[in-house]
Amino acid sequence: MNCIIIDDEATGRAIISQLCSNVASLNLLEEFSNAIQAIKYLNQNQVDLILLDIHMPDFTGFDFIETLKNPPKIILTTSDSNFAIQAFEYDCIIDYLVKPIAPERFQKAILKAESPPSKKKPSVETSTEKVEITSGNDLYVNINRRLIKIDIPSILLVEAKGDYIHLKTEDKNYTVHSTLKKIEKKLPDSLFLKVHRSFIINIDKIIDIEDNSVFIKKDVIPVSRSNRKELIRRLNLL
Amino acid sequence: MEQPNLSYIETTSGDDKAFKYKLIEIIKSEFPSEKQVYFTNIESVNFKETAEIVHKLKHKISILGLVKSFEIAVKYENNLNNNNTEGKEEFESILQLITDFLETL
Repeated sequence: MNCIIIDDEATGRAIISQLCSNVASLNLLEEFSNAIQAIKYLNQNQVDLILLDIHMPDFTGFDFIETLKNPPKIILTTSDSNFAIQAFEYDCIIDYLVKPIAPERFQKAILKAESPPSKKKPSVETSTEKVEITSGNDLYVNINRRLIKIDIPSILLVEAKGDYIHLKTEDKNYTVHSTLKKIEKKLPDSLFLKVHRSFIINIDKIIDIEDNSVFIKKDVIPVSRSNRKELIRRLNLL
Repeated sequence: MEQPNLSYIETTSGDDKAFKYKLIEIIKSEFPSEKQVYFTNIESVNFKETAEIVHKLKHKISILGLVKSFEIAVKYENNLNNNNTEGKEEFESILQLITDFLETL
C-alpha cells in the first residue's frame, strides 16, 4: 500500500515513518507537515492510505478529509481520544490511533487497512441551542448575558467549534454558544455560503481560491467537494 | 515526582539505534521551539494558541513516559480552552523537568 503521513509535528512524523518502515506491505511516499501541501500532492498523485494527524493549525485532519473528492483509507493519529466519535462520521476512516502509538497497535491498524471494507459505520449527529437574534443588517449575539450587536456585512466567517461557533469580523472575534445551522438561517444567502460542514464564509471577503480552499484575510478555509460547485456558481467568473 | 524515560523510544526503535538517536535529536531540536511558542502565547494571554501548543507538547510528554504529567497537561489544555490558566505552574514544572532531562541526553 502506498501511503503518506500528514502531521505538523516532526517527532510525530519520525515515529510514524519508523513504524511504517517496519511493515513490509507499506510504501511511504511522502511526509507533510501541513494539510495544504498534502492537498496539492494528492491533486496529482494517488495513495492507498493516509496517516493523518487530527490536531493541526489552520486545517484540522477533518477539514482535510472534507476536501478530498475520493478519499483513500485514512488512519487518524492524535494525542487524545476526544475526536473518536467524530471519526465515525467518515467511512474512509478505518482506525484511530492515540499517540504515543505502540508498534503492535500500529500493525493492527495496518491489517485493518489491508482488509476489505466493512459495513458502513453509524453516523453521529450533534446539535446545540440557539442564541442569535437578527435585526436588519445587525446580528445580536448573547455573550455572558449581554446582547452584543454585530454588523452582518463585517462578518468574515463563522466556524463551528464543538458546542460553540467562532465568529470572525473585520475587527473582532466572538465565541458564542450556538450552532452553525442556527446562524446560517440568520445570515443573508446573498452574502454568505456554507462551504464546509464547519465553515460559513462571507463571499464578498474572499481574497483568493486555490484548489479546495478559499483565503479570507489570513485564514485558509477548506471547501467541501459537495459545496464547491455552489461556491463557483456564486462567483462572478470571467 | 515521576521522571522522564526512554522506554517508549527504545520500544519503537527496537534494534535500530540510528533511529533512536535520530528521534532524540528531533525531540531535542523541536521541544525548545515549542516551549518558546508556549511561553510567548501564555505571556500574551492567547488562550487558544496556548491550548494548541500544550496539545502539541502532550505528545512529547507521553513519549517520555510521563503518565501523570500527561494527565496534568490534558487538564491544563481543557482549562485553557475555557480561558482559565489553572494548572499553569504544574505544567511549566513539567516543561522544566523535560528540559533538564533532554540536557542529559
